[in-house]
Amino acid sequence: MMEIGLPHFLLVSVVVFVLGLYCVLTRRNAIGILMGVELVLNAANINYIAFARYSSANYDGQIFAIFVIMLAAAEAAIGLAIVLGIYQTFHTIDVDATDTLRG
Amino acid sequence: MGGEVSLFPVAFWFLALLTMVSAGGVAFSSNIVYSAFSLMGTLMGAAGLFVLLAADFVAVVQVLIYVGGVLVLTLFAVMLTHRVGDVQISNRSVGTLPSLLMIGAVAAVMIRAIFWANWPVKEPGDPLPTVKAIGNAFLTEYVLPFELASLVLLAVLIGAVVLSRKELGGER
Repeated sequence: MMEIGLPHFLLVSVVVFVLGLYCVLTRRNAIGILMGVELVLNAANINYIAFARYSSANYDGQIFAIFVIMLAAAEAAIGLAIVLGIYQTFHTIDVDATDTLRG
Repeated sequence: MGGEVSLFPVAFWFLALLTMVSAGGVAFSSNIVYSAFSLMGTLMGAAGLFVLLAADFVAVVQVLIYVGGVLVLTLFAVMLTHRVGDVQISNRSVGTLPSLLMIGAVAAVMIRAIFWANWPVKEPGDPLPTVKAIGNAFLTEYVLPFELASLVLLAVLIGAVVLSRKELGGER
């Protein structure tokens, strides 16, 4: 077996990204969609850290990953607050049911 | 360095499998509660991968913020909105087959890129503690994004309170 290197980490990242994309595409539950977004962001983070380790001389990739984690936390807080608001108004969090603004 | 070399692939494959299998659980589980718990496996596996990649500080931040914050928040939201009675008959908005085709195409392009591109790979040095370097970078080179991040977090704090508070009668 060849030595573990950059491509291995990138492959893990691709799998996580693709599964997150699948989650976003197929879920109708708003929280499920948010979880898919978290998966996608994690895939991006794995890429950032892998490149920071294998093809960079400084810590810029890790710093970007920290910013991504921070923004993901912000996104989750606001997104879940919106989801709870939707649940109070519509009594469901099925994204297909909340089409009041559709023209 | 002999022991480390032989242990690294074992740790990598364990963490990679944990990450990918739990991500599959998040994506394919029909029960949103199981999805939320699977997400924990993915996040912990990613934190382990960060440790393998000599990013100790980011791994700790991942565990603290993601597992300790975001995941608990997600579980709260799931428990608050999940009704035991509603069986999710159809959980699909796009359709399984088109989605699978689409993600298959995306994965094919990306995997091709991984193996065809000439990544500028260098020999990774010995893992060093990163906390001091990251702290220095945050307060020198990245001080503006750092301060902007605090503004964003303040806005999120206020926004979440405004969004989730109960409207009092006659307030509008």
